[in-house]
Amino acid sequence: MTHTISLSVNGERYTREVEARMLLSDFIRGEVGLTGTHVGCEHGVCGACTILIDGVAARSCLMFAVQADGAKIETVEGLASRGGALSTLQVAFRDNHGLQCGFCTPGFLMAAHEFLNGPDVSTDREVVREAISGNLCRCTGYETIIDAIIEVAGMELENRK
Amino acid sequence: MKPSPFEYLRPDTLEAALRALSDHKDRDAKVLAGGQSLVPMMNFRVAAPEVLIDLNGIGELSGISEEDGVLRIGAMTRAAAVKSNAQVALRMPLIPMAYEHVAHATVRNRGTLGGNLCHCDPASEMPMVMLVCEAEMEIAGPGGTRTEAAEDFFLGTYTTSLEPDEILTAIRIPFARPGARFAFEEVSLRRGDFAMVAVGVRLEAEGGICKSLAIGLCGIATVALRAEAAEAEAAGHELARLNPAQLAETAVAGIPFEDTATQTAAFRRDTTRALVQRALETCLTSEAT
Ligand SMILES: Cc1cc2nc3c(=O)[nH]c(=O)nc-3n(C[C@H](O)[C@H](O)[C@H](O)COP(=O)(O)OP(=O)(O)OC[C@H]3O[C@@H](n4cnc5c(N)ncnc54)[C@H](O)[C@@H]3O)c2cc1C
Ligand code: FES
Ligand code: FES
Repeated sequence: MTHTISLSVNGERYTREVEARMLLSDFIRGEVGLTGTHVGCEHGVCGACTILIDGVAARSCLMFAVQADGAKIETVEGLASRGGALSTLQVAFRDNHGLQCGFCTPGFLMAAHEFLNGPDVSTDREVVREAISGNLCRCTGYETIIDAIIEVAGMELENRK
Repeated sequence: MKPSPFEYLRPDTLEAALRALSDHKDRDAKVLAGGQSLVPMMNFRVAAPEVLIDLNGIGELSGISEEDGVLRIGAMTRAAAVKSNAQVALRMPLIPMAYEHVAHATVRNRGTLGGNLCHCDPASEMPMVMLVCEAEMEIAGPGGTRTEAAEDFFLGTYTTSLEPDEILTAIRIPFARPGARFAFEEVSLRRGDFAMVAVGVRLEAEGGICKSLAIGLCGIATVALRAEAAEAEAAGHELARLNPAQLAETAVAGIPFEDTATQTAAFRRDTTRALVQRALETCLTSEAT
């Protein structure tokens, strides 16, 4: 049995016919064609598939596409400007060596994006560590990722003054 | 892997959800809450429901309110919302303390309190917390509603007293008594992982006398439990005379610890004893709420 769903991804509307069992991660990658959302484990452990749904970070491998009918989805491709200029957070990841192979990066960026725009944003290392604790990285050892997020958190707090 | 095919239903009232459950009871129908435990199981095909009834469209199942000394949390209230709620922190401080150890922010954004309790993982913190606060479950079924005490609700690994055609609608938690103190301790491989051992304590005292002590344990048996012998040993005694090390010894005395793939029984016993002792020490030295 299929369902017709209509949702917005990074500001563009997509209407598709999907099977109920299609994961949102597969919808984003296969139907929409945005392969920046990575799929590492498909059981909620790695965080590589993190997206924002109606502004809230979630693991797209733990939702069915049909559940996102009517929702506003943001993926890593939505962070850069239309012209391709990287966001402040992406630049900070690059400058601080916050990535090596890059497999985990989309998930970290989306989780960090929510943290940096949320009420609990902080430059405290432990708070940042906790905020990204749901994401796994096999390359960096995390410290450089934390450095990048702290850099942007500092700017964010400055802007809020 | 990918889930097996299923029929997806999204009712927008509790009544319609209950009807859907009864209508499809011969077809392995399951309800979907936050999906943070059920969807991984479906992706692995450990679970393959033929009918999936999504509760996310039912507004009446979420929200936090209070009446007559009881905090009421709708089953579909997200973990993130419960964790950061000021009313919850005031009425039952043990809940936000424990939530610090439950999964990660992104998982808590979607996981629900009700789903966490219905899933009933032996290493899950919240069923144990519900035993310690002596919460009650509000349950709706085809024949109407009933309430059940936490101690009768959690039965074993992934097993509660819910019938297949019932839905947990809310959790009712009595307010912390004036002067109550709480502590929560956990050991897990990484912060946010399921507990190897976790301990929750509620201590109520009046005029320097221990009126009631509740010690909850999880991760060590097929279901969360209370250390009743140690609780009884403390009741009625002066706080100044309570010996955390002795009580912790009593707490683990009756438990048949077993080896697991990664931990020996002796390690699990020692860890549990140490955490009970630490939690009791925290309660005895902390200010009453
Ligand atoms: C990476 C990761 C780490 C985690 N770490 C922890 C942890 O440390 N501690 C912990 O406790 N949990 C942990 N979890 C699990 C998480 O807390 C889940 O959110 C929770 O176990 C299930 O809640 P849910 O709302 O997602 O329910 P679902 O997954 O949707 O449902 C779980 C089960 O409960 C049933 N159910 C749900 N709601 C109801 C209802 N209202 N009435 C009747 N039946 C219902 C469903 O049919 C299903 O069988 C973790 C999960 C992940 C992915
Ligand atoms: S792919 Fe979703 S959490 Fe790993
Ligand atoms: S950069 Fe390779 S997994 Fe994180």
